[in-house]
Amino acid sequence: MSELRTFFCRRIAMLAVVVAMLGGCASTGEERDPRDPYEGFNRGVYRFNDEFDSWVATPVAKVYKKVLHQEIRSRVGNFFANVQDLFIGVNNLLQGKPADAVNDWARFAFNSTFGLLGIHDVASEWGLEKHNEDFGQTFGRWGAGTGPYLVLPIFGSSNLRDGVGLAADMYADPLSEVRPIDLRNSAIATRAVQARADLLGASRVLGEAALDRYVFQRDAYLQRRRSLVYDGRPPREKFE
Amino acid sequence: MKTFLSFFMGLILPLAVHGQEAPDALVKTVTLEVVDLIAKDKDIKAGNRAKLISLIDAKVLPHFNFQAMTQLAMGQSWNKAQPEQKKRLVEEFKTLLMRTYASSLASFGSQKFDFRPLRMKPTDTDVTVQVRVLQPGAQPVVVEYDMQKTPRGWKCYDVRVAGISLVVNYRTEFANLVREGGIDGLIAALSKKNKSMDAPKAGAAK
Repeated sequence: MSELRTFFCRRIAMLAVVVAMLGGCASTGEERDPRDPYEGFNRGVYRFNDEFDSWVATPVAKVYKKVLHQEIRSRVGNFFANVQDLFIGVNNLLQGKPADAVNDWARFAFNSTFGLLGIHDVASEWGLEKHNEDFGQTFGRWGAGTGPYLVLPIFGSSNLRDGVGLAADMYADPLSEVRPIDLRNSAIATRAVQARADLLGASRVLGEAALDRYVFQRDAYLQRRRSLVYDGRPPREKFE
Repeated sequence: MKTFLSFFMGLILPLAVHGQEAPDALVKTVTLEVVDLIAKDKDIKAGNRAKLISLIDAKVLPHFNFQAMTQLAMGQSWNKAQPEQKKRLVEEFKTLLMRTYASSLASFGSQKFDFRPLRMKPTDTDVTVQVRVLQPGAQPVVVEYDMQKTPRGWKCYDVRVAGISLVVNYRTEFANLVREGGIDGLIAALSKKNKSMDAPKAGAAK
């Protein structure tokens, strides 16, 4: 646990350095994208995340992937996905979709029992589909605008609304209640590594597709979140 | 973020010109055909990229309208381009999309598809076909093909995967590059990108 804390402190210290260096370049003239008024700053955090990713997150995720068989990784992924269904249901309820909320809680009930603590996603096989909800989406549903685009340290793409949403997600995260603390930290770290391992293929594709990865990732994030807030049916944007 | 993978898988389409096959039927035939061909091909499974690309060229490419895609991604700058520049832009963009597509296909596991029937009127000339990709432990990924009727069959001009439009996603990048270096700057950036992807990579990624 104390290692984890040192690790965090170090990350924050590094971040402070990056932020200080950024101070100067935060305001490069240029035509700014109105959705991203802090682009200079965000790009700095993006570079920091990139370094962290290539020196820490990716190597760890690669080892994880090598050591654990695909079958086991998929069980681990299912376990964490199952825990999430609880608050996906809460968010659906908050968004005025009680039927979806019942679906999510039924998933949790079936998967936790018949699915052996969630390691098997039996609910999907029985036609109870998984949803994707979080507090950022709930705020969006309630009419909150996105606010400026933000790149958060470690967490990556976000915006003001989703950043506040993320804080609420973390506060509500059932894993944060796990005790002892060591176990909680291990669980959260495992979930993070698992999530990164799932994205190894995606980040390679991103690198190949994008001319400017920062812009590509930002625009994809904004499109994706907009689509999620509307549950996949956003009003169509007009091409000029 | 898993979406990026599926993003390019969304480009699955195609089949040789079957006249005016209905757009949803077209998407289904081509998707299943391509997935099946890849599953059966030992060379492709072993990582033969050239073979994968030629398969995509033959099966997927004919069903896309790359000029429309390039035009939409460029927005108003398209009209400022000379005919020769337009030709090169379409060519380079096509190469970029197909290369990326090939490498994302290479990392696919087994997926189940749910092809949604399309409700359309016979007079419709612009439709959106939906396919849902089902995967355990995750929300299904919705892939949508925007398709337009042409004399040579239905052609796809945009793909949205999990709500992310391929064309829209290139718009800002293209606009920035045109602002910095004009149309030629954009062409140069695309061509440089494509060349860098041709270069042999250290350590073949799985």
